[in-house]
Amino acid sequence: MGVAELSYRDAVIRGIAQEMDRDNRVVFLGEDIGKAGGVFKSTVGLYEKFGPLRVRDTPISEQAILGAAMGAAMTGLRPIAEIMFSDFLAVCFDYVANEMSKLHYMTNGQLSCPVVIRTGNGGGARFGAQHSQSVENWTMMIPGVKVVAPSSPVDVIGLMAAAVRDPDPVVFHEHKSLYATKGEVPDGVIVDTLGTAKILRAGGDCTIVALALMVPRALEAAATLASEHGIDAEVIDVRSLVPLDTQTILGSVSKTGRLFTVEENPRLCGWGAEIASIVADEIFWDLDGPIVRITTPHIPLPAADHLEDLALPSAARIVDKVRRVLKA
Amino acid sequence: MASGSNPAVQSAPLSNDDIGLERRLELFRLQVEIRDCEKRAHDLFFQNLIKGTSHLSIGQEAIAAGFGVAMQKGDKSFCTYRGHAHTLARGASMEGLLGELMLRDVGLMRGKGGSMHLTSVEHDVYGSYAIIGAHLPIACGSAWRAQYLGEKDVSVVFFGDGTTNIGAFHEALNFAAVWKLPVIFVCENNLYMEYTPIGDVTAVKHPAADRAASYGLERILVDGNDADVVYRTAQVAIEKARRCEGPSLIECLTYRHSGHSRADPGKYRPPGELEEWLKRDPVIIYRQRLKDFGVTDDTITGIETESKRKVDAATATAKASPPAPVEILTTDVYADGGWAWRN
Repeated sequence: MGVAELSYRDAVIRGIAQEMDRDNRVVFLGEDIGKAGGVFKSTVGLYEKFGPLRVRDTPISEQAILGAAMGAAMTGLRPIAEIMFSDFLAVCFDYVANEMSKLHYMTNGQLSCPVVIRTGNGGGARFGAQHSQSVENWTMMIPGVKVVAPSSPVDVIGLMAAAVRDPDPVVFHEHKSLYATKGEVPDGVIVDTLGTAKILRAGGDCTIVALALMVPRALEAAATLASEHGIDAEVIDVRSLVPLDTQTILGSVSKTGRLFTVEENPRLCGWGAEIASIVADEIFWDLDGPIVRITTPHIPLPAADHLEDLALPSAARIVDKVRRVLKA
Repeated sequence: MASGSNPAVQSAPLSNDDIGLERRLELFRLQVEIRDCEKRAHDLFFQNLIKGTSHLSIGQEAIAAGFGVAMQKGDKSFCTYRGHAHTLARGASMEGLLGELMLRDVGLMRGKGGSMHLTSVEHDVYGSYAIIGAHLPIACGSAWRAQYLGEKDVSVVFFGDGTTNIGAFHEALNFAAVWKLPVIFVCENNLYMEYTPIGDVTAVKHPAADRAASYGLERILVDGNDADVVYRTAQVAIEKARRCEGPSLIECLTYRHSGHSRADPGKYRPPGELEEWLKRDPVIIYRQRLKDFGVTDDTITGIETESKRKVDAATATAKASPPAPVEILTTDVYADGGWAWRN
């Protein structure tokens, strides 16, 4: 079986196509996803391959998109719905917060909602405060929803497959600044597992936990920490916030004794706070020092490139923070 | 239908009736049973046996009955928090309904949903939704599934006049019209949102019907207190949807005899308004209709007596039911049956 280099963007296309090929109940709807191929060109060719009945362009009606996806899911289809920018989840949040997430519970299991909500998340594109946010923490706090945010092309395909096949609503955060990045992807069908973190770099001095765009930055930082500062960091890609693979994280922190989280979301109630809380509750005596969160400050994101770069955690900021904390 | 052979009918005026005796009796039975069950819900609320909240449809029964009789098995209902009537009209049991209102184990959802979220998939009731307008797009999705899979069922979504001013209403109407979905939007215009008259806050006189043109749909405004009118209107819309000719938007004029919810006495209504509408009580109108068509008093009182018996029996069953075991607190958060969010 061969391996080919694929972009994160093309991995989205391949992941969706893989699942639509497998199951004709999988349908796809959203704004500009069909004939136009998506505003990020992350759905190019799907309309031509699967036709207008399975790949449906919608009006700019986010409530209708998620509502229709839900109604189709609870009566037998497996819809993938695109919300173009994750910021727009705010205009249809009822379906995430109140409808899809509560359906199975409120109906005592009579109905379920196997929807995948794909959305372009995250900063770095100079789009300003309403098209750049990292909102994974918005979705993480709702019981009944699952939340995924892949960092590599192979994970995009595997986690997309897992999300489509999952019987619950899954919010699938694609990072806009990762679309152009590339990685090796094996041929054939790829299916991953929700709720599994990955140790991407083994190390003994500290654990750095990251998500999405922060993963390559954490890896870059770890390389610098090793080569320039003699610090051997273990880097974990969380990948899935709900379900959350706490065992992989707890195991790593027990070994290294130090935990750093690298979060793109603004600081308050970021996902790292939950992980910090779990670590403090359950393995406090394994810690050799305070847990440190490296996050975007609690501000709206600016459009100006030099300001946005200052706001988002960078490899240099991670290096600096880890180095200073560990040498203290 | 040959009326002469049916003991329920004294004379023969039913012979030219497009609705027919059997369906007329069903329209009456549903209205009476909904009325009696809603009155019981009212009483149980004031006895503190129904917790939380309760939104009654007393005065609006003809709409639920008209659609309930016109819809076929497999056609799907999407209701609001004022959904007791529509749930009963599809055949869900009074035990299940009153049990849910009383949050007992015998309830339709064993008390996990409550009065505002009545659901009985077995009876094609695909949920009752308590966020205004949310279920209109959801019904579109159900209709999309039918269209995509070539299934012939129709999705019917009921909502109040207040819903016509929220964004989801307009998104859903446009969406359904563009995709020609087999969905029927039924506005129960009872003249009040909660406490504010709909006319005080709406740019058009008829909040649903006057908006139909915006979506290329026919303007349909009907008497929602006459079950025959509702039934015939429903039939036309359902057949149209089944022929894949797209959605309908129907505004049914009606009036709720009680307040918005709970113990609301409805003091915001002008003097005399309720009295005028009580003269147009759908159950009384239909009772007289049956007599005009020659249905015997015995048949009518038989339906009424049986309804009261059913409500009493359902009340007793619900009262006797324990609350659900506490173990269900954490079941069915996710489709694997549990609530685990971490390993």
